[in-house]
Amino acid sequence: MKIKQLSIFAENKPGHLAACCRLLAENAVDLRALTVADTQHFGILRVLVKDADQARAILEKAGHVVKTTEVLAVEVADQPGGLVRVLSALEDSPLNPLNIEYAYAAPFGRNGKAVLIFRFGDPDAAAQRLRESGIAVLSSKEFFGSQE
Amino acid sequence: MTAKTPSFHPASAPDFVPLPLLRALQFDRLRAIVQHAYDHVELFRKRLQERKVLPADLRAAEDVACLPFTTKADLRDTYPFGLFAKPLRDIVRLHASSGTTGKPIVVAYTKGDIDVWTSVMVRSFATCGVHEGDIIQNAYGYGLFTGGLGAHYGAEGLGATVIPISGGNTDRQIMVMKDFGVTAICCTPSYFLHLIDRAQQLGVDMKALPLRVGIFGAEPWTHSMRKHIETVTHVRAFDIYGLSEIIGPGVAIECSQHDGLHIFEDHFYPEIIDPETGKVLPDGAEGELVLTTLSKWAMPMIRYRTRDITALVPGTCACGRTSRRMRRIGRRSDDMLIIRGVNVYPSQIETVLLEVEGTLPHYQIVLSREHGLDQMEVQVEVTSQIFSDRVGALEALSEKLVDAIERVIGIRIKVTLVEPQTIGRSEGKAKRVLDRRST
Repeated sequence: MKIKQLSIFAENKPGHLAACCRLLAENAVDLRALTVADTQHFGILRVLVKDADQARAILEKAGHVVKTTEVLAVEVADQPGGLVRVLSALEDSPLNPLNIEYAYAAPFGRNGKAVLIFRFGDPDAAAQRLRESGIAVLSSKEFFGSQE
Repeated sequence: MTAKTPSFHPASAPDFVPLPLLRALQFDRLRAIVQHAYDHVELFRKRLQERKVLPADLRAAEDVACLPFTTKADLRDTYPFGLFAKPLRDIVRLHASSGTTGKPIVVAYTKGDIDVWTSVMVRSFATCGVHEGDIIQNAYGYGLFTGGLGAHYGAEGLGATVIPISGGNTDRQIMVMKDFGVTAICCTPSYFLHLIDRAQQLGVDMKALPLRVGIFGAEPWTHSMRKHIETVTHVRAFDIYGLSEIIGPGVAIECSQHDGLHIFEDHFYPEIIDPETGKVLPDGAEGELVLTTLSKWAMPMIRYRTRDITALVPGTCACGRTSRRMRRIGRRSDDMLIIRGVNVYPSQIETVLLEVEGTLPHYQIVLSREHGLDQMEVQVEVTSQIFSDRVGALEALSEKLVDAIERVIGIRIKVTLVEPQTIGRSEGKAKRVLDRRST
């Protein structure tokens, strides 16, 4: 149920993000979701692409520092309170709350539902908890096939 | 070039001669070279005359202490050929060091000097356990820098197979290392760390390669770097010391005891002095290394002040070599930075980076002045080992580095994480300090 996410280190300077995206574009890598975390001096570009291993190899060959992490793509009802339902499921057990490291939204949804990307310290435990609460966690195939 | 020596055995080298014989040899050579310099180098002759000393006054090798020092400034002032003691027609090679300011420093070799250089490099390789049949990847830069050709001639003289790949093009270095079955490598230690990093990225397991010896020099490195190299590869790491002004690489080399570097004393006479007073210090005391070339005729260097801080190791080495040893160079007297009145050595920063990260990333110290106050920034290239997808983890790392550096040097500085390959590299030698305070 986990999806591979690529994180790329970028200095907080003009042109650095563009260089990285240009490289992926030249290699016909389609970005399905992305977010940029920024600090005063550096940023982290996080992307979801279909073939993460291939994209990582392209980026590393060009000298970028890349990390692969596993995230969950979670389907949320696209209406007020949709996200709250997910969050409530996660804090369900006060003895063992599941901490969200960060989250962002995928730029598409389906069947009136939005797709949110979550990074957890323990993705397996989180996926299990969500499924037990009846919340859909998308597989890689479902996620990357969802626009086709 | 000396003829290839079949089955060269290290015990046949003058490294094992009894001390009285070595001292006698040094004295004979010293007297001849001082006379030669006196006859042909105007600056040296004038300085001896000022001191009312004649070459014939020397009575023992230790008497070198009554001769004047030669400094880097002398080389600069007499640029390009002012310290040559042979006419150009007898000189077969010129090298030049990368000058940080303005003109470079030019050094010259006769055919005989090249042979001496080759012989000390052959002995250096042999001391590290490299022999005929080894495949040596020579990743020192070829060109005006002495590293490339010095190691090249030595490797050929030894009878090994040399790959003159020179520096740079890291991916090709790794391909050659793997495909050609390289068993020994020569390069700067910082470049080897970079090779390790890149090999890991490319999925090449260094431990699975036949590479077993690394001869690292041309910049100071630390014990923790050796430990790191020997943990992540099967390479035994040896420290080689040399400088263009004296001959190039091959002035001193570590033996398998790794307890100091044996100086090839039959060609280079070492002294340790107090860098402030110029007084000669006893064995064991730390000070500036001063070297006198005993058999270099194109450009004799008498009591050359290396600016390298070290000590001569007292006692004899378990390996049986009689030549004296020097401690590995940790710092140079002109490396010292003064920041807000505090003395800081780049090697201190290096130690902290190694401690915190477990590996030495490429880094640079940038000094600037803001509102009249010195600012020091350490830029650290992010490597795959330290990179995290979480902002908090990277900020915590910077913070940890700032704290650890403060504990060592006593002042709080700034740490900035930068992208890989963004800090300049020149000739394979890492440029560690960028001082923008004067501009």
